[in-house]
Amino acid sequence: MKRLDAGRSHPVTFRLNGRERTGHAEPRLLLSDFLRHDMGLTGTHVGCEHGVCGACTVLIDGHACRACLTLAVQVDGRDVETVENLAEDGVLNDLQQAFRRHHALQCGFCTAGILMSCTDFLARNPRPREADVRDMLTGHLCRCTGYTGIVRAIVEVAEQRSGSTTEENEHV
Amino acid sequence: MATATQESTTSALGERQTRLEDDALLRGLGQYADDLATTPGTLQAAVLRSPHAHARLVALDAGEALAMPGVHAVLTGADVQRWAAPLPVGVRQPMEHWCLAVDRVRYVGEPVAVVVADSRYLAEDALDAIRADYEVLDAVVATEAAVAGDAPVLHEAVGSNVVNDRSFSYGEPDRAFREAARHVSLKIDYPRNSCTPIECYVVVARYDPADGGYDVAANFQGPFALHSVMARALKVSGAGLRLRTPPDSGGSFGIKQGVLSYVVLMALAARKAGAPVKWVEDRLEHLQAASSATNRVTTIEAAVAEDGRIQGLRYDQLDDCGAYLRAPEPATFYRMHGTLTGAYAVRNLAVRNRVVLTNKTPSGLNRGFGGPQVYFALERLVQHVAVELGLDPLTVILRNLIPADAFPYRAPAGSLLDSGNYHAAVELARTGGGLQELEERRAAARAAGRYYGIGFAAVVEPSISNMGYITTAMTPEERRRAGPKNGAVSTATLTVDPLGSVSVQIASVPQGQGHRTAAAQVVADVLGVPREAVSVHVALDTGKDAWSIASGNYSSRFAGAVAGAVHKAATRARDRLARIAAAQMGADPGDLVFADGRIHDRNDPARSLSFHRAAGAVHWSPGLLPEDEPGGLRETAFWSPPELAAPDDDDRINSSLCYGFVFDYCGVDIDPVTGRVTLDRYVTTHDAGRLLNPDLVDGQIRGGFAQAVGAALYEELAYGDDGSFRSGTLADYLIPTAAEVPEPVILHQETPSPFTPLGAKGVGEGNNMSTPVCIANAVADALGQRDIRLPLTPSRVREMIGITESEPPAAHAAPSIEAPAGGSTLRATGVVELEADADTVYHAMLDPGVLSRIIPGCHALEQDGDNAYRADVTVGVGLIKARFEARVSLTDLDPPHALRLNGAGSSAVGTAEGGAAVRLSPREGGGTQLAYDYQAAVTGKVASVGARMLQGASRVVVDQIFARLRQEVDGPGASAGDRAWGRRFRAWLLRLLGRGGAP
Ligand code: FES
Ligand code: FES
Repeated sequence: MKRLDAGRSHPVTFRLNGRERTGHAEPRLLLSDFLRHDMGLTGTHVGCEHGVCGACTVLIDGHACRACLTLAVQVDGRDVETVENLAEDGVLNDLQQAFRRHHALQCGFCTAGILMSCTDFLARNPRPREADVRDMLTGHLCRCTGYTGIVRAIVEVAEQRSGSTTEENEHV
Repeated sequence: MATATQESTTSALGERQTRLEDDALLRGLGQYADDLATTPGTLQAAVLRSPHAHARLVALDAGEALAMPGVHAVLTGADVQRWAAPLPVGVRQPMEHWCLAVDRVRYVGEPVAVVVADSRYLAEDALDAIRADYEVLDAVVATEAAVAGDAPVLHEAVGSNVVNDRSFSYGEPDRAFREAARHVSLKIDYPRNSCTPIECYVVVARYDPADGGYDVAANFQGPFALHSVMARALKVSGAGLRLRTPPDSGGSFGIKQGVLSYVVLMALAARKAGAPVKWVEDRLEHLQAASSATNRVTTIEAAVAEDGRIQGLRYDQLDDCGAYLRAPEPATFYRMHGTLTGAYAVRNLAVRNRVVLTNKTPSGLNRGFGGPQVYFALERLVQHVAVELGLDPLTVILRNLIPADAFPYRAPAGSLLDSGNYHAAVELARTGGGLQELEERRAAARAAGRYYGIGFAAVVEPSISNMGYITTAMTPEERRRAGPKNGAVSTATLTVDPLGSVSVQIASVPQGQGHRTAAAQVVADVLGVPREAVSVHVALDTGKDAWSIASGNYSSRFAGAVAGAVHKAATRARDRLARIAAAQMGADPGDLVFADGRIHDRNDPARSLSFHRAAGAVHWSPGLLPEDEPGGLRETAFWSPPELAAPDDDDRINSSLCYGFVFDYCGVDIDPVTGRVTLDRYVTTHDAGRLLNPDLVDGQIRGGFAQAVGAALYEELAYGDDGSFRSGTLADYLIPTAAEVPEPVILHQETPSPFTPLGAKGVGEGNNMSTPVCIANAVADALGQRDIRLPLTPSRVREMIGITESEPPAAHAAPSIEAPAGGSTLRATGVVELEADADTVYHAMLDPGVLSRIIPGCHALEQDGDNAYRADVTVGVGLIKARFEARVSLTDLDPPHALRLNGAGSSAVGTAEGGAAVRLSPREGGGTQLAYDYQAAVTGKVASVGARMLQGASRVVVDQIFARLRQEVDGPGASAGDRAWGRRFRAWLLRLLGRGGAP
């Protein structure tokens, strides 16, 4: 296992939203702070720093992870994707558009983390039932919306992407 | 002066539309407080907080912290006393609330010092190096206990914990009670909770030594009456505190009013550091020390006729505002004061309001402000009246509702209920929500032996607060001396630039409610331009923008008041443009119609002028404008409703401008084994006057409903008897997730308000008021219970059902010990099998060398008496690691059978005290069995991370002590258990942190 000197900064080279980036981090620096302060990507939010609220969720090698429970040095050599990368050619992607249509956000503070979790979730569960969507969402806290719009948006995108409407994934 | 017609062909109002805010937010490009650019050289702050609920601060030594790398300054109480004043308090009492503790701490988490360093990490490191010495005092936590004569007093100069006591009488309550057939009463204990936004507090402050002024950006939400409080605490003029809010906010729900004391604190920290200072609150800080709804103890009584008609009401209310009365408290009482009779035509009312201070976090605004507390008492009482009289609760509600022909209706305590048709709304709910079906389900469930109940709640939802209501806390005589306070000024500024672009500045400080969208709709509607052509600016700068004391985001004032001011500013601009266009077109201004980005003559469809051409004229050719037209186009409108008068000499106060109506009912199913309450169906009916944007309104309703489900079933800011705080993480303070919040059935009725420009009323807070009590009433119905306390957690419900938790099996005949007093108490018992004989084990434990090796994290152990030692110990619990100055002793020596191992220590994150009774007995076939029974109490930050964590952590530490002892006496071959401990600890930590995320 690689050991890093706690008192020093170490280079971290990784792919961030499709581009290779390098920064420097002390071993204790959280990935959430590294992305926000050093990489300048403030779209990833911090709501608890103990892994419960989900606001800081990003994709690491395609898997949804809590940036607040990950050390910056851990992403050395990995692929990290944040909310800033979802729009394609400047156009909101289908999930983002569905969130807007369904009023799935109010203050928007929880939104980035939820979008990233959904991205991973829908890639692995192309035809989720509403109950599955709600189950996935239990990893996120939203204080504004009561979740209705979020669930509707995700269910709709799942339908559109899989080109079918099954009975289970009717709107709530 | 001619006025242009009100017509426009593309009315955007009232339509379902997407929000202008969302595009940037969905891209991660929001500009929240923590995202704003800071000046180069901005330093980061961390706050040292009190681990004690009540203590004298004897000494504070920051020397070691200041010597640490990257540390620039430490702000202490002495600095604050030199540069600032206590925060002004809303009642006349000799109590001081400094933004930083000066000589006493009165709640766990109270700021004691601020470290300013190059980074937050370094600042937090330095917190551990500050030595704060406390002399712990008795704390008082329970509200009623604080009123008792022998209670510890928080503010000695006041001499009592009751800092305000007012009695009111309206109509003839005594006579009503004398003559009534029945009296029905209830006692209510409403808990502490908070709507907890996901974004915590953020402050960035700068001090300018040249002019002695402060420039602060903070995610403060208003009301901006508190700007005066902050400026006075900083001892500067209004202009000396330039306060700015960011364009986006990660939610507030009232809670971000409480950042006001940190605005003052960080302004002073910046002054001390000689550099800009930024502070971002973390979640533990937020939960333990930011703000909270008041908890309230109410005794409520009704005088009722046999038919259920309520003839009089008596309230005796104790509002627990925590350790300090932070402005605008005691507003929680008076926001609802005019409306204490709720939706009912009750004319006789007696009220006693006492404001009580206890060793808890200061309370403040929280969505529903005052409503949840009042309606929990009133609507529980109405349900109980029905039970006592053997009537259906809905019958009692209908018999007492204010009749439709009585509006506008003056309630006895002064509220002027503007409009409504309550009976029609109930009828809409009954039929539209399927009440009959729920009743059938209840009957079927009960027939099958299940617990099923139906609850109702009828509430009047006030909006647009009267800034004068708070003065009801004063006597009429005191008010006369202080000068009358009333009204609620809202403001908006509309500008049209030389290219014809329209921009609007509003002072409503939105927290996610979509004000930009709604304001743009209002303007687009008036000026006949596309909504997208209107930019709306919501970041407020008190140094440049129009604002007033009522500015900010609270009491659901947007739809009724702010949108009204926007409408007024836009209308003025339109009238000016109509005159200008009329001159150019040779038409009558009254005949002009603004639509499709053009100005049309209604009499001659061929004649029209583009909007930007007419608007451009005010900039490019002012000389050609009609007379009296000054050129330029910027309109600032202020609007304050005349209905909001100051309290009168009989203490009647119209506490709000508008009063919406909410009628809810729900069916709950209770699991008889687990005690879990499931919402079978929830129906909520709203009359919020005219709906400006139905989607945004429904969004507000759903959000408030979800928070209210949390308040009803899960959430409580919990304290130990000694004032230690117990809900320091989001795994302890349980916010409902998508799995816990069902989809409510939402129904609307529209009875426009006659008092607001657009007929709209506030809508954001109704469910925070109605839903907790509606669910409580359903649970009362299901279980046939009278005393319902929130939150209705499974364990509380099990207790109500009468299921007692079975005692854990007494696995070992472990000796038992006395629990140390107070704090978060932990207990563990265990047995260790040892190869060595009892004598060896016993003497090993008395050996300081062994002791220092078996105590985890022990750096040094120094003899301090017979079997007594001073030790320096580092302990980690979860994510918190602390260095304790500890005293360790061995007592109750009974060689070689028994002894007691005691430890007590204090650290920057709290204190710990505990003891283990140890008994040694010979094992069959050799060796010794060591049985221990361990109890400990902790306070401060360590307690706040939750007993849930501590139980596991203390177990790990204790197991480790005895595992190491085994290694000492049996040799290194016995170390397997030690390694297993490490694995267990890691597994435990991962379990703890592993809640959720995409699977
Ligand atoms: S900030 Fe990472 S889960 Fe809350
Ligand atoms: S939109 Fe505000 S927390 Fe989810």
